[in-house]
Amino acid sequence: MYIDPHVHMVSRTTDDYQRMALAGCVAITEPAFWAGYDRSSPQGFHDYFSVLTDTEPKRAAQYGIAHHTWLCINPKEAEDPVFAREVLEIIPEFLKCESVLGIGEIGLNKNSRNELEILEAHLQLAADHDQMVLVHTPHLEDKRKGTRLIMDAIKNHGVLDPNRVLIDHVEEHTVRDVLDRGYWAGMTLYPDTKCTPQRAADIFEMHGTDRLWINSAGDWGPSDPLAVPKCRDEMRRRGHLEATIRKVSFDNPLEFLSQTGRFRIDVQPTR
Amino acid sequence: MSTSPPPLPLYRHAVVDRYFLEHRAKVLDLAAFLDRVDRAKPDAADSNRDFRLDSLRGAIALLLDGEPERAKRVLDLMSDPSTEPIAAAPMKGATGAWDGFKPASARDGETG
Repeated sequence: MYIDPHVHMVSRTTDDYQRMALAGCVAITEPAFWAGYDRSSPQGFHDYFSVLTDTEPKRAAQYGIAHHTWLCINPKEAEDPVFAREVLEIIPEFLKCESVLGIGEIGLNKNSRNELEILEAHLQLAADHDQMVLVHTPHLEDKRKGTRLIMDAIKNHGVLDPNRVLIDHVEEHTVRDVLDRGYWAGMTLYPDTKCTPQRAADIFEMHGTDRLWINSAGDWGPSDPLAVPKCRDEMRRRGHLEATIRKVSFDNPLEFLSQTGRFRIDVQPTR
Repeated sequence: MSTSPPPLPLYRHAVVDRYFLEHRAKVLDLAAFLDRVDRAKPDAADSNRDFRLDSLRGAIALLLDGEPERAKRVLDLMSDPSTEPIAAAPMKGATGAWDGFKPASARDGETG
């Protein structure tokens, strides 16, 4: 039994839900993200948020998987602050939905001033509505700088409790800083551009299993919706205890996400 | 309550037994990639001075220095070291290496 706390099922087929269920997935959370193209209007985001809060939970429930979501305008579409603020205005109406866990995945992409301005607006939105936060950190060469800028922005904002914020996509050069500042951290298992299952297992061995989880972030790019069970298998083959494997792939996400008061794992298949 | 990291349960020989062939293949892929770059038609940009290749060569040298935390140091080497937000995002994607990276040989020639 496991939880995949970051996966973009809107980009995946129903077969993937079935395969995940067969591999033991009981619950997922799906942050709002860049769909591979820029939406041309706030209405486009309204439609997307409707998919995340209505369509995907039904699709997941067919296979006994509880579906939850996080809402935001992602940093890749935040370079136009006027447009981004129009999207932010429609988020509160969706926060009433029972499957919405908070604001995410917010953060930075290229570490620009406009991205930072909209990140700060999201932090205020989270504070105003007492929401938890899921943070996206930049890709590749931009990650280390962006991770520090994001954590500084949260600290300077001064309202959000680090224990209610997860900084995602950490790797060897950012994980220690994130954990030392009191945040939860996520490792994304990607074949090329983030952590492999092997490196994630290495990071657990070097940095511990507290406040740290794994996710597939499966989406429309090179990614694997079964990456979490593959990392569990890697840890098992190394001889790690079942309790350790369960902690990083079930107990930790359950503990963090249960702070929302909305996270559940008890969905019965509806097919 | 904080718990200690779970130590790697494997002996060193078991790690080598399990992962050697996989990483032998990765080294060969890397070697073949560098050969492929050399065999490719030269262009005006002179691909041998590409910052990505310079970073890769820097990373390869780092693997052999005998120091720990190689993965972290490779990622650090390929990271943008600046600390301030940029004026505007020039694109959505990332290249995988910092475009200001200079190989040690080039840095040795700097005077100030």
